[in-house]
Amino acid sequence: MELVIAIAIGTLAGSGIWLVLRPRTYQLVIGLALLSYAVNLFIFSMGRLRINAAPVLDGAQHVDPTAYTDPLPQALVLTAIVIGFATTALFLVVLIVSRGLTGTDHVDGREH
Amino acid sequence: MGSAPAHITIAPILIPLLAGALMLFFEDRERRIKTALSFISIVSLLVVAALILRRVHNGDETLALVYLIGNWPAPIAINLYADRLSAIMLATTAALALPAMLFATERWDKAGPHLHSMFQFLLVGINGAFLTGDLFNLFVFFEVMLAASYGLILHGGGAVRVRPGLHYIAINLVASLFFLIGAALVFGSVGSLNLAEIALRAGSLEGFARPALHTGLALLGLVFLIKAGMWPLGHWLVPAYSVAAGPVAAIFTVLSKVGIYSLLRLALLLPGDGAAFGAAVIFIGGAATLIFASIGILASQSMKRACAYFVLLSSGTLLATFGLSQPSTTAAALYYLLSSTFAVGAFFMLVELLEREQDTASDVLAVTLEAYGGGEAETEADAEVGKIMPSALAVLAIGFGLLSLVLIGLPPLSGFLAKFAILTGIIGPGAENLTVKAPIIVTLAVLLVLSGVVALVALLRMGIRTFWAPVEALTPRVTVTETAPILFLLGLLVALAIFAGPVMDLMVATAADLHDPSRYLKAVLGAERVPPYAGGTP
Repeated sequence: MELVIAIAIGTLAGSGIWLVLRPRTYQLVIGLALLSYAVNLFIFSMGRLRINAAPVLDGAQHVDPTAYTDPLPQALVLTAIVIGFATTALFLVVLIVSRGLTGTDHVDGREH
Repeated sequence: MGSAPAHITIAPILIPLLAGALMLFFEDRERRIKTALSFISIVSLLVVAALILRRVHNGDETLALVYLIGNWPAPIAINLYADRLSAIMLATTAALALPAMLFATERWDKAGPHLHSMFQFLLVGINGAFLTGDLFNLFVFFEVMLAASYGLILHGGGAVRVRPGLHYIAINLVASLFFLIGAALVFGSVGSLNLAEIALRAGSLEGFARPALHTGLALLGLVFLIKAGMWPLGHWLVPAYSVAAGPVAAIFTVLSKVGIYSLLRLALLLPGDGAAFGAAVIFIGGAATLIFASIGILASQSMKRACAYFVLLSSGTLLATFGLSQPSTTAAALYYLLSSTFAVGAFFMLVELLEREQDTASDVLAVTLEAYGGGEAETEADAEVGKIMPSALAVLAIGFGLLSLVLIGLPPLSGFLAKFAILTGIIGPGAENLTVKAPIIVTLAVLLVLSGVVALVALLRMGIRTFWAPVEALTPRVTVTETAPILFLLGLLVALAIFAGPVMDLMVATAADLHDPSRYLKAVLGAERVPPYAGGTP
């Protein structure tokens, strides 16, 4: 389990970084998206990986914390996804504007 | 806790949030309502900042206001924390936002949609970052601030803005991802996102948790330094700031201070007095930024570009001085922060007035003015003709001269006092007691003086070229509303110099707070809930 998650995060982050360093705006957007997937998985794994454990505590009786998974990283991931989604959408608009104004999809606005 | 509950602490976030949201209900043509809302919001922010400052500085027993969101018990709740440093930063932001907004109402708010709303949301993010006591909350407020700044940097449009704006957004998006990784690592190792709890447990970690915490903090430091524009991380700053609209660039000078604030807050909170963030690295980076910015100022062809380098110069000075981690120099650097923020902000607006005639962006502005201004703009333009500033050139020249004095650090204004205070801290009486090595002190002193000389040369050249012996006579068409903001900031700088005594007392008290993290821990962890609450005894 740990190995699978670690390899997944590593592959996503590596591909993301390579794409972010490319000169085309489309590659940049996909790179940022892959990077944010990697980061979201990473945040999730920081709450320790557990299978078949609920994150929501039942407040009625005495609570045994070992029977539950950490709910906080899940809330953090949710927030991070929403924010990442919004900023990526905003970035896409800027990319389209840039394409329209400069006539090229190079990040510097001109071909080298 | 003090007698009255700390509800006022959340006001600096709620006021601009409500004002910004309310503005969205009005069409962009109804500019008067939006302007009025903006001013109501910013003036109340100033008042609130002053009230908070009075409660934490002159207050009888409390050093800080802690507001527990949702009235949860202390370490569980996300808390807002207002001490002297937060209050100073809030006041600085509001005091710079007021003239920037006034400046924008003359032309820039007609150059594109939603300037007023974005400005208010930017203030939400900045104020929130200054107040929050929770790491993830800090991330959220950073994002609010950045999202608004993405819109603002492109305000006015045109290919000139889009290219540096695109780089600015890309770099900050990647930085945000680093922020998340850093915050997650800190959470994974410490098990909490509350700054006070992180500081409390950081000293007693064992096994893998310790390197994980340090890696997380290093990533967070990287993000803050990208924001502050430290030398190899700050190459995005100059192109972006030099194309931004004048009032936007003016308020962006506070943006780079948010990075420095976060670094200072977190570094001094953790055990080791700044060592956790590598105070030595920050000093070296700050010194490198100083050198880079000095060369940049000398090499700049346009005044606006030089002005952006002044932002870097101020960041470099602050980082190098904070890197020493001594209470006396921290106090002096805080005074410098105030003085340089106001001076560079005013300089951005002044330069825009001077360079507007030959600015390529102004052609774009004229087009967009027509596109968005509609019929109303014409009648306004007619009314504006009578208010053209008489002898504008003389006023601008005097303003340029006074601002130059502050930026160079010549007496009698606050720039000189700030540099003098830093130098006194490192080589004056009492400096024998510092725990800093001699080469570091000599480097900082030499760089501070040299950067002043560089600023002198560059500003003299600009002054001669613009006012004394211009190639073609300059007749700026400047209105009263555009000059008033610069005069207001100049007035603040003069007041800062006249009341240097009380202001410096405040800074010394602030530095004492910062270098004694137990005060922060005591205030946050000992915060009491507001009765009545469920499950508690009244």
